[in-house]
Amino acid sequence: MRHLLSTEGIDPATALEVLDTADNLKRALLGREVRKLPTLRGRTVVTMFYENSTRTRVSFEIAGKWMSADVINVSASGSSVSKGESLRDTALTLAAAGADCVIVRHPASGAAHRLAGWLEEAGTSVVNAGDGMHEHPTQALLDADTLRDRLGSVNGRRIVIVGDVLHSRVARSNVHLLTALGADVVLVAPPTLLPKGVEGWPVTVSHELDAELPTADAVMLLRVQAERMHGGFFPSAREYSIAYGLNEARLRLTPDHAVVLHPGPMLRGMEIASAVADSPRAAITDQVRNGVHVRMAVLYHLLAHEEEANA
Amino acid sequence: MNKTLLRGVRLYGEGDPVDLLISDGVIAEIGTDLADADAEVVDAAGQVALPGFVDLHTHLREPGREDTETIATGSAAAALGGYTAVFAMANTDPVADNAVVIEHVWRRGREVGLVDVHPIGAVTVGLGGEKLAELGTMARSAAGVRVFSDDGHCVADPLIMRRALEYSKALDAVIAQHAEEPRLTVGAQAHEGEQASRLGLAGWPAAAEESIVARDCLLALHVGARLHVCHVSTAGTVEVLRWAKTRGDAIAPQATRAGIVPQAGRPGISAEVTPHHLLLTDERLASYDPVNKVNPPLRTEADAKALREALAEGVIDCVATDHAPHAVQDKDCEWAAARPGMLGLQTALSVVIETMVRPGLLDWRGVARVMSERPAEIAGLSDHGRPLEVGEPATLVLIDPDASWTVRGAALASVAGNTPYEGMTLPGRVMTTVLRGRITAHDGRIRA
Repeated sequence: MRHLLSTEGIDPATALEVLDTADNLKRALLGREVRKLPTLRGRTVVTMFYENSTRTRVSFEIAGKWMSADVINVSASGSSVSKGESLRDTALTLAAAGADCVIVRHPASGAAHRLAGWLEEAGTSVVNAGDGMHEHPTQALLDADTLRDRLGSVNGRRIVIVGDVLHSRVARSNVHLLTALGADVVLVAPPTLLPKGVEGWPVTVSHELDAELPTADAVMLLRVQAERMHGGFFPSAREYSIAYGLNEARLRLTPDHAVVLHPGPMLRGMEIASAVADSPRAAITDQVRNGVHVRMAVLYHLLAHEEEANA
Repeated sequence: MNKTLLRGVRLYGEGDPVDLLISDGVIAEIGTDLADADAEVVDAAGQVALPGFVDLHTHLREPGREDTETIATGSAAAALGGYTAVFAMANTDPVADNAVVIEHVWRRGREVGLVDVHPIGAVTVGLGGEKLAELGTMARSAAGVRVFSDDGHCVADPLIMRRALEYSKALDAVIAQHAEEPRLTVGAQAHEGEQASRLGLAGWPAAAEESIVARDCLLALHVGARLHVCHVSTAGTVEVLRWAKTRGDAIAPQATRAGIVPQAGRPGISAEVTPHHLLLTDERLASYDPVNKVNPPLRTEADAKALREALAEGVIDCVATDHAPHAVQDKDCEWAAARPGMLGLQTALSVVIETMVRPGLLDWRGVARVMSERPAEIAGLSDHGRPLEVGEPATLVLIDPDASWTVRGAALASVAGNTPYEGMTLPGRVMTTVLRGRITAHDGRIRA
């Protein structure tokens, strides 16, 4: 693996290999007093975040540090970006300064693809930490990892993804990855929050959450961004919550083994009731925990794996 | 006396080769084995002769963005592409919404002299869409503006559009509309469809174009004015045009104001298509390379097919390039930050051959119609798009139909190099361009 830009077209064997590595890393660190592996010593990883993010940036930073990489965080407001430097120049500068891997989050769809093109010569790896409405591949990997933990496997499971699919990079990455791993994916949203052409996706589409819950092995809730609520995509937060919010009554419609996921940050009382978010059925903190291991595994496959394979 | 003898050309690609003697800017003689000791002889054996091309939609970028194109470099690109007249869009900086800027562009075009540069006037002040620009003053300026457009922006307010159409009647002018309902395209980045959804690019729905075209056709029919639809990009727009043209294809010359001579034969409702919308589709967006970013966006193969058929049929009148040079920094960036537009003047003919002539949708007469005669009629140009006959202006282009060439942005005459056809091998080559008897381009070189 040279870059991780998307989960579209991902080879299931490669995805499973990354998930297995994540599990191995998790076991290796379990119960250790010093959670540090020497694998990426001397490697430099730069996170470039052009959008506000706490959980993803911190997760990547911890992942890098636990692997002994030198991790440097660049944020759009604290760098030459705010002086109007282009994405390309910033990327080339970081590569020239010695970055082995650039982890980028950017509001423009395709930004990570463009970076990978510009950094082809420099040999720097690129990880897409979320590009516009396009993809967020490590989120999908950590979701798959969490589903494997809780359900034993992803293959053959019915995963119901609820909410703002139209604007969600999490939804796109999960559709590609989960279907590649053999899951049945159901997208539930009001028609205004579904992308044009969704009929062509390898998923089932529904506008009726209650109808999908009895057969769900997992319910994944998507964040409803505040600006969408005022953009006329649906009449009111109240109406959205009534139709698509996961409350306790709805949770009772799901089978006992069904698990609840949310990529965060959550809007409690809106897309998810507090009692559901804090119930044992929710795997939301597991997702965060697994996120670190999955990102360690990704860095390992990008930066260390090739060397060992070539040695 | 300035004389040129073109040897062995086939007029409109038809019949046996003939010689064409040009004298004093007009076609003086057509025949076989012509000779004239004073004439420059151009051996054009097997080449197709057509009337010089007319582009209704060119961005020459001067004044304001001379780092991407100037009237001189754009004129050179036009001459090399077989054009003898181009219409320069008004979205310069400052905007061509007044006679001062209009006359500057017109004068610079004449000084360069490679192609007739006709400035297009803005419909509204500053392209703002709120207040009519001084259309009459621009019409009566030295440039004699007959085409007005806010291109780049839609004249979205229906009342402003109605007034512009109505007012233009006394000026024997046409309003060229960039049809894009702005409320439906807020933040739009790509054709709204399966590809944009997959790539996470905000959608530009076909209905945003079609609804404006339908509205404007109704307004034009209602007030009896001329409407030209810029860069038609969807199959649905073709259907709307097909309907509208059955009702308003022939608007009689108007009673006009003093100093404005109406041209007969101008259509009531007309439309253009760009070469890129004939050939390219949103499949190309997967690379996220903004060289493919253009407004209106590249659409689906079904749309492109409908556009090709409509052009063959005449529902779409002509080809216009929407030649839009952009600086490297405005293209070598992330998709959302990139400016929309692509070069077109030097590749238009080859793309038309590839998409229309090769598949048998148009013969060379048809190419003359869509690239020369019809655009000249729409704009009211009386000395372009003329028949290749004795006594007519020697404003023509010679084409090697069997040649092919590989596009290199850096080798094109434009300052900018943003061609979507980089590395593609395209059929047909412009060999010689003649403007009123003067060779402006020959064998890939400009003749200054």
